[in-house]
Amino acid sequence: MSAKAVSCTIKSAVALQIGDAVSDSSRPGVYITDITLAEPVNIQEISFKNYYSAYLTVRLQRREDSSAKWVTCLRNYCLMSNPHAEAGSHDYFSIHRHQMLTEPDNVTTVRLILRQPSSEWLNFSIEEISIYPCAKEDLERDVPAWLSTLTPVEEPLDLNGLPDPETVSSSIQQMWALTEIMQASQTAASIGRFDVEGSYDVKLLSYT
Amino acid sequence: MIMMDESAELSVSITQIVQRLKGTHLHSQLEKQAKECLHKPEIKLETLKDDVRRFLKASGWERKLQNAVYRELHILPPPGHPRAPPEHTKEPLAYMRKAQVNWEKRILKSLNSMCTELGIPLARKRPVPEQKELTNKWNEMGTDEPDLSKFRPVYAPKDFLEVLVGLKNPNNERSEDLTVRSHWGLIQVSLNVRDIPQMREMYPELGITYGQLGIDDHTHVPPDLFESEHIHIGKKVESEQDSAAAQQYSRQGCPTGLRAQLWSLILNTSNDPEFFCFNFIKQDITHYEQLKARVIHHDLLVDNLIYKDVKLTASNDDYYFVFEDYLYQVLLCFSRDTAVLEHFNYNCATPPKSCIQSKSGSEQCAVVYPPNGVIPFHGFSMYVAPLCFLYNEPSKLYSVFREMYIRYFFRLHSISSHPSGIVSLCLQFERLLQTHLPQLFYHLREIGAQPLRIAFKWIVRAFSGYLSTDQLLLLWDRILGYDSLEIVAVLAAAVFAFRSENLMEVTSLASAEVVTCVCMCVLSNTKIVSSLTANTSNPVHPRHMFQNCWDNHF
Repeated sequence: MSAKAVSCTIKSAVALQIGDAVSDSSRPGVYITDITLAEPVNIQEISFKNYYSAYLTVRLQRREDSSAKWVTCLRNYCLMSNPHAEAGSHDYFSIHRHQMLTEPDNVTTVRLILRQPSSEWLNFSIEEISIYPCAKEDLERDVPAWLSTLTPVEEPLDLNGLPDPETVSSSIQQMWALTEIMQASQTAASIGRFDVEGSYDVKLLSYT
Repeated sequence: MIMMDESAELSVSITQIVQRLKGTHLHSQLEKQAKECLHKPEIKLETLKDDVRRFLKASGWERKLQNAVYRELHILPPPGHPRAPPEHTKEPLAYMRKAQVNWEKRILKSLNSMCTELGIPLARKRPVPEQKELTNKWNEMGTDEPDLSKFRPVYAPKDFLEVLVGLKNPNNERSEDLTVRSHWGLIQVSLNVRDIPQMREMYPELGITYGQLGIDDHTHVPPDLFESEHIHIGKKVESEQDSAAAQQYSRQGCPTGLRAQLWSLILNTSNDPEFFCFNFIKQDITHYEQLKARVIHHDLLVDNLIYKDVKLTASNDDYYFVFEDYLYQVLLCFSRDTAVLEHFNYNCATPPKSCIQSKSGSEQCAVVYPPNGVIPFHGFSMYVAPLCFLYNEPSKLYSVFREMYIRYFFRLHSISSHPSGIVSLCLQFERLLQTHLPQLFYHLREIGAQPLRIAFKWIVRAFSGYLSTDQLLLLWDRILGYDSLEIVAVLAAAVFAFRSENLMEVTSLASAEVVTCVCMCVLSNTKIVSSLTANTSNPVHPRHMFQNCWDNHF
């Protein structure tokens, strides 16, 4: 499912550090970014691209009966297993609803608290933040127990033109009994050609 | 919650593997076998599915499929986030991708200028008389003495090392002076590499309490302590034709008599013709014959680079000069094998391209050059040479080499942050040395003999040409067994550890090279495996660990 991200305003990150931000030579280890949503949203997923942040805490401001309450929905989620090393520093992440500590419903503001304790890195942040709302029919409620063993429909799997996993797993079984007509692809008897109509007069390599 | 994500990923992986296996030779063989077994009396219509399945299991076909799936798992591209572009999945660090692109541009420029200077096309169709001549002397190309003086290797490992030394993360500040935050070594990027305690966990079979081929088959050790049992297990693994079991087995070394079959099983390149159908061998041979035909039809400039490389390296090597002809036969075919292009699905390098005019119209078509997308460098033929001791049939030799290249060797000459990539291996080597022999490291650094400058050529070639073949094959057993090149970095550090006291006395890079060279000769005559086990087993004290090696050998 590829729902459209909700429109939101991402404020610039505020550093939290002890001492004077201007004159102090040490770099901040905590940044806070607020994201305001145009209208209250039931969040399905928050996805982003990391840039050297080690840990992420997410707090949500929810609208409840005309009052706004802050709750923590994710605490110290590890983005980089070793804050001093590169692994995870550029990775894409998705935080799904089911990973959150509280229900992210009627959310008006999302606060991202980024931490990077290592002094290795000059800067850290997160980029390309997108917030996806729940689909209109709430699929999460009253799900029978047996459904939870199947791949949930709302998982944003990008199959890139591959057939649906469920049909494939059933067809694996049928392959053994050969009662199904297999869709014939060509047998890999001959290997891929590298020439063009028998000609392969290469003069110079291209740089692009 | 987490389980749902894992099973989703699993479904995608299954789909990908099934898609890849569909239409392969194995698939048609399975179909054929299943159809034929329908005539058998034990197959009943009511229980058709189960009966056919039982038949395929009993006749060994299920095992064959398992091996094929296991092989696909090895080369499956890493799972990526749905929003991640493909280049990110292959290599997440932007500055490394950029460095790789720049390096490739340099190689292309070098090749283009060689081509222009010499006035030789990069590729051309061979005239018929020349094709006939080549067919006739296919088995003795080594007797040819073409004039290769004009050709020079596109690059040598030391050029590549300079590129790696220059790798800098823009989000990192590094100064030339030694500060608390400096890297003492040449590699200035902070990748996650394993330290000794973590390696002890990853490589338990190299612990001192496990038997090893390479140590415990020494003449003075009674064979019933380890060797006989290990060989017995090896024979069983081979008869079961189980890839995964063979890989696990290889961690403690493969007996010489079984190694060829076991490696072939691990890499899933072919099957025992007596056990399975003859068609599999035929498939290997047909593929190879097709490649041979391509070599006959088209002449490539990279062929000359291969000739030159073989003449300069393998032909000059005491162990490998006898295999010169085999090397040409394998490497010339390798250049024309478009199946190798598949490895670019998980390799962040890009194959070089060119535009050629199509015969019919005036349109320009993009082609890959060379057809396999890999430009050989100085020393490339040494990846093939040791395998000549295992396989004497060119088609078999070819399949095994190709699989080893697309699983391991390609990582040794492309820039990536992968744990088995050359950058990680170099960093791991330096870190091991710095952590356990800090005085030696500091001394070498001060005299301008950075240890990596000495060890790099060993690492890039996975020690081929620097160790005697029997020792090298024991090393490569572990590379296959653990599906990782990390062991190469550990051995490089161990070499320095062996001669640490001598190295403390050298005063120049040249003499450091001499000492380590002598050390390699010594290691070639003793057992390298003990140096590996000493490095990864429980040390009482770091110094004691290397003292252990010293005591065992000198």
